[in-house]
Amino acid sequence: MIKPVFLWTDSLLMFLVVTIVAFIFYVRSKEHLHEPWREIFKSRIALASMLILLIYILVALLDSMHFRQALPETEGQLETQYSGDVLSVLDVLMTPLREQVEITYSAPFAAHAHSRETRTGEDGSQTRIYPRLKFGGVHLTDPQTERSGDVLQRLFIVVVKTVLGIIGLYALLAILLARRWQTDLKQAAIRLLSRKQSVSWKTLLLMMALVMFVIIFIADIGRHYHILGTDKVGQDVLYQAIKSIRTGLIIGTLTTLIMLPFAVTLGLMAGYYRGWVDDVIQYLYTTLNSIPGVLLIAAAILMLQVYMANHPDMFETMAERADMRLLFLCVILGVTTWTGLCRLLRGESLKLKELEYVQAADAFGVSGLRILTRHLLPNLTHLILIAVVLDFSGLVLAEAVLSYVGVGVDPTMLSWGNMINRARLEMAREPMVWWSLLAAFIFMFTLVLSANLFSDAVRDAFDPRMRHR
Amino acid sequence: MIGVNLITFTLFFIVNSPDDMARMHLGMKRVTPEAIEKWKSGHGYDQPLVYNAQSQGMGKLTDTIFYNKSVRLFVFDFGSSDDGRDIGSDIRERMWPSLAIALPMFMIGLLVYVSFAMLLVFFRGTYLDLSGVILCVVLMSISGLFYIILGQFMISKLFHLLPISGYQPGTMAWRFVLLPVLIGIFMGLGSSSRLYRTFFLEEINKDYVRTARAKGLPETLILFRHVLKNAMIPILTGVVAVLPMLFMGSLILESFFGIPGLGSYTIEAISGQDFAIVRAMVFLGSVLYIIGLILTDISYTLVDPRVRLS
Repeated sequence: MIKPVFLWTDSLLMFLVVTIVAFIFYVRSKEHLHEPWREIFKSRIALASMLILLIYILVALLDSMHFRQALPETEGQLETQYSGDVLSVLDVLMTPLREQVEITYSAPFAAHAHSRETRTGEDGSQTRIYPRLKFGGVHLTDPQTERSGDVLQRLFIVVVKTVLGIIGLYALLAILLARRWQTDLKQAAIRLLSRKQSVSWKTLLLMMALVMFVIIFIADIGRHYHILGTDKVGQDVLYQAIKSIRTGLIIGTLTTLIMLPFAVTLGLMAGYYRGWVDDVIQYLYTTLNSIPGVLLIAAAILMLQVYMANHPDMFETMAERADMRLLFLCVILGVTTWTGLCRLLRGESLKLKELEYVQAADAFGVSGLRILTRHLLPNLTHLILIAVVLDFSGLVLAEAVLSYVGVGVDPTMLSWGNMINRARLEMAREPMVWWSLLAAFIFMFTLVLSANLFSDAVRDAFDPRMRHR
Repeated sequence: MIGVNLITFTLFFIVNSPDDMARMHLGMKRVTPEAIEKWKSGHGYDQPLVYNAQSQGMGKLTDTIFYNKSVRLFVFDFGSSDDGRDIGSDIRERMWPSLAIALPMFMIGLLVYVSFAMLLVFFRGTYLDLSGVILCVVLMSISGLFYIILGQFMISKLFHLLPISGYQPGTMAWRFVLLPVLIGIFMGLGSSSRLYRTFFLEEINKDYVRTARAKGLPETLILFRHVLKNAMIPILTGVVAVLPMLFMGSLILESFFGIPGLGSYTIEAISGQDFAIVRAMVFLGSVLYIIGLILTDISYTLVDPRVRLS
């Protein structure tokens, strides 16, 4: 028996995904909106980064379906008790990674622990050895000689599986495209790889191969080794890094989702109505802007901590508590970031207001609200879209910094910021523990880099000034 | 300005009553009401929030927390922190290390970013430009924390060139300042240079540049004389946002390198939950922001004589 748990951020993330899907369908139905998107699909870099972003989103979504497992029933129990641990679908998929917990630090691909331990032998003599790990490389009898061969052998299997998978995918794609282009299979397969296509299928296939390789690698080898080592309490670092994806994505997306309505309505109103409305809104955002962002966030988070400490009964599980803090962080980050977009939209709607078509609508007696929604908003969507995509990577990076200052996400929550924070102390250990930092670095770098590249493509495609160059 | 004060006041006192703060400081559990009252009167939080009905005349407004804690900030009377130290003198003392880091970082940084961007623009359309832009995107995709951790590790721990952290006033200060400044500059290199490059490119396609070329001016002269001057306006606008941070010190850098500046002061206050200091810093930050805005307006007139102060 399981009991689904709907955390606040889960529901909001789902809402966001539904909105995006609806938006895609809306764009598909309108021919004039296609053009910039075609441009994006044409760019190979944009396509590749989009695929990586999609994979991250997928992982975050899987990680957002939470439930609590029922505890085994005891005698005389009236209703089922649920365990305090909130699991997600991703946790279930990664059970081997999650449950193979060592005692303490171990290096990537290690079969022995990272630090020595005193063992008492059968005859009472004490030796200091590196103890074998409980899970990492247990199938080896003599890790020193066998390990590299074993890893290579497994790597070979992974490569074979990937190649088989990609051939299968290629065939599937060829069949689908052959039906769409109404050619026979062989021609479609050749045309697919040619350069002059509206979508660069070759890049897509290559990236898919890379992604498949990584997934199969983790699934296959991760069962037998700790690919990125383990941390202080023996948890797999790779698992932590993958779990952190959700935190990073939520900060990056929900913040904009929360601030968007305010920024758009206030910015449009200030630009269109002018007068005292403009004055009030301008005053509001200059005031907010003048407070240094980090300090405002810090102050707000301190307040939340006090509030949560005073109302401990509001939260059923630890996860709900951490989730509340995450959501609040998004809200307060939104408060500090909306001003930029608001100012941009105000300026732009000031310009649009003077154009003939808006004046004409005004002369026809169209109401102000209708002008705002029908005439101004559609002509500003590209700006909003660009701002949203550009903000994303900055927010992901901000999370790490805030967690370091101590005002970021809950310390119990897995996030890259928390991992880096802990890694600082680990770097000072002798011998050094470097893999936590490396893991956080790889995952964060991939996400932010692909987000940056994608946002560049989006900007180039949507910015009217860029299009004619 | 008044708005900022009102916001911080609401945040700190209405959302969170002094009772709660007292409880925080005295520990979560088993706090007697007497102890709370004692703490509150000791720190001057025992007055009503906005309106004091018990006092006489003007005292109705002045014997309140709002007057004592918030209005006084306007004359830069910061009062004492929650554990009894004088915030004003603390800030004066910690200002100098902050400036020692922030000023060189700002000046040299601006110079480096602009010259790097100029270099890319000079070689625009070549592979050097392309690889430079790619380098910028890669650099800006790495979190600043990595630069700090790696920089500390490489230079101080591996090669023992500079001390890892700490600070000492006087002439030896440069040894402690050098590494944070270098890393600070490096952290901003990617995003700033790329931004400035677009500013330059926008200028370079304009008519006056074509005229200059038609006159037969060498490319370097065009870049430095004409393009740089005109691109200074958008660059200056972006710089304002950095100005308050200059004084406040870079929060992260200072605490990583153990420099006793304003940034680490704030972080200590945050982790020590000292609300009085955070409040004072928020106020100080907003004052500096406004000063920064005024300074930018003045600098516009220096760069572009067409702009008149009205």
